[in-house]
Amino acid sequence: MYKHILLASDGSDNALRAAKEAVKLASYHKDSEIEVVYVVDIDKSKYDILHSDSKEEAELERRKKNSNVIQYLNESGIQYKTTILRGEPGPEIVKYANEQEVDVVVIGSRGLNTFQEMVLGSVSHKVMKRVNCPAMVVK
Amino acid sequence: MQTIKQQWFGNIRSDILSGIVVALALIPEAIAFSIIAGVDPMVGLYASFIIAVVISFAGGRPGMISAATGAMALLMVPLVRDYGLEYLLAATILTGIIQFLFGVFKVAKVMKFIPNAVMIGFVNALAILIFMAQLEHFIGISTMTYVFFAITLILLYTLPRFIKVVPAPLIALVALTAVAIFSGVELKTVGNLGNITQSLPTFLIPNVPFTLETLQIIFPYSLSLAIVGLLESLLTSQIVDDMTETESDKNREARGQGIANFITGFFGGMAGCAMIGQSVINVKSGGRGRLSTLVAGVFLMFLIIVLGEWVVQIPMPVLAAIMVSVSISTFDWSSFKFVVKAPRTDAFVMVATVLIVVYTNDLSKGVLAGVLLSAIFFVIKISTVKIKRQGNRYIVHGQLFFASIDGFVEYFKKADIKEKHIQIDLSHTRVWDESSVGALLKVKNMLEEKGIVVEMIEIDSSSKQIVEKLDSLYSSN
Repeated sequence: MYKHILLASDGSDNALRAAKEAVKLASYHKDSEIEVVYVVDIDKSKYDILHSDSKEEAELERRKKNSNVIQYLNESGIQYKTTILRGEPGPEIVKYANEQEVDVVVIGSRGLNTFQEMVLGSVSHKVMKRVNCPAMVVK
Repeated sequence: MQTIKQQWFGNIRSDILSGIVVALALIPEAIAFSIIAGVDPMVGLYASFIIAVVISFAGGRPGMISAATGAMALLMVPLVRDYGLEYLLAATILTGIIQFLFGVFKVAKVMKFIPNAVMIGFVNALAILIFMAQLEHFIGISTMTYVFFAITLILLYTLPRFIKVVPAPLIALVALTAVAIFSGVELKTVGNLGNITQSLPTFLIPNVPFTLETLQIIFPYSLSLAIVGLLESLLTSQIVDDMTETESDKNREARGQGIANFITGFFGGMAGCAMIGQSVINVKSGGRGRLSTLVAGVFLMFLIIVLGEWVVQIPMPVLAAIMVSVSISTFDWSSFKFVVKAPRTDAFVMVATVLIVVYTNDLSKGVLAGVLLSAIFFVIKISTVKIKRQGNRYIVHGQLFFASIDGFVEYFKKADIKEKHIQIDLSHTRVWDESSVGALLKVKNMLEEKGIVVEMIEIDSSSKQIVEKLDSLYSSN
């Protein structure tokens, strides 16, 4: 059974679709818990600091970004908890998933075209390749 | 906050490695900023060495990188052009003294009053000025200049996909300098614009007359340098705080910047400050402690002593392309969205800050104008009082203080009130000062002369205190 489900979320629509699948997985067992992992991208630190008047405002803006996923989980009634990490999203999720020995990682795919993927690199692809547990990439 | 031991030796291996990466990335910038300022590359290189070393001990933000910077170099241009290097060194020392005093008097707190629109304008203006300073090094010189410039840019944006350990600018610099030397292509080089000395900096007292006249010349520059340096340093420290989820001592940082510049001036270096780009590189490469900053400075000096003769051979178009990429990453590209979506006054302040800097070539003037504009807009916004009418109840919205009461009094002068009994509802406002109490009582008197009974309701407790204290002055039996 998938008891410890890691849901990687960036608050996007893709993450919301992933959340729906994670809830389906969790609903098979009453002890299942979803851990929503949101990575604050340190590459965006400069942007976040420049565009907020205080540390508190920056923090609030970040929490707001993930709010649609949290709202969905609240409505679903599934047990969940939130973890906020800091760093480069892909590697940070992999590191955390492997350290915590989670049962499954659920992540949304951004649906980039070939060129974008070459330039930007696909986070979900990297995560899928490097975690030591089953991974579900949601289209 | 961490202990001294943690700040120095909590992260030894990563700090040494990231310090080396930063040193490699610093070299082209230190040289390019010297060229912008109009001095020998050694002035920026010595500055980067000494500032990094001193700040690693004296700074308030472990893991932040300080060195010669573009923002500071741009401010020095007229001083160097009109009076020469010795005056720049004297101005650097004075900058240090001013910054140290700012730190002692806890001016770092003033940073809170600088709105984000001004800060966005600041980084954008900085990016534009750095970009414009590069134009003369690659436009209209020769075809090969364009070719080297273009190849450098392509390398800078494709290499990081494949090689992550060594900074792309350094690879481009080494590879293309080698190509230029071996192919014998005619290109302007760093050597055409200045000399490299392969020696450690030495202590010198700037050779300027110690007169009031000298002070009058350097003081305006030193003040601008002090302000801009602290602004960028404190912004950078906030970014590093955020990236590492730690706190830092802003006033200690201000004093540290002062000490670093003070010492740099005596060793032939130009004034500098913290660098956003390099600090981000350091943190991302794993640097967290003071050791990383120290290693960056020391390793930079080591490289110059060993490789100095090669540095003069660096082709200018390669260096210019590196600086163009620095300006691209300095610019806040979300500003275009900001201009469309932010409140109108914020967008105006941001654009005005950029335009004033680009027009005056002076970052400090843009920041000052931006802060003043924001302050004016803030006063206008907060001094607008709106009154909404519900039957015989007049609800006051906004703040009542000396600047806002004219509108309040004017409303009741013009209002066509038919009722014999009205209520002024103060639940959505606050009475700040004696001027506003005066205005309330003036309105009350004025209406009562017309035979209208006025009742003030819903005064909050702190406003009530001010009103009650003064109410008796107007009451009569």
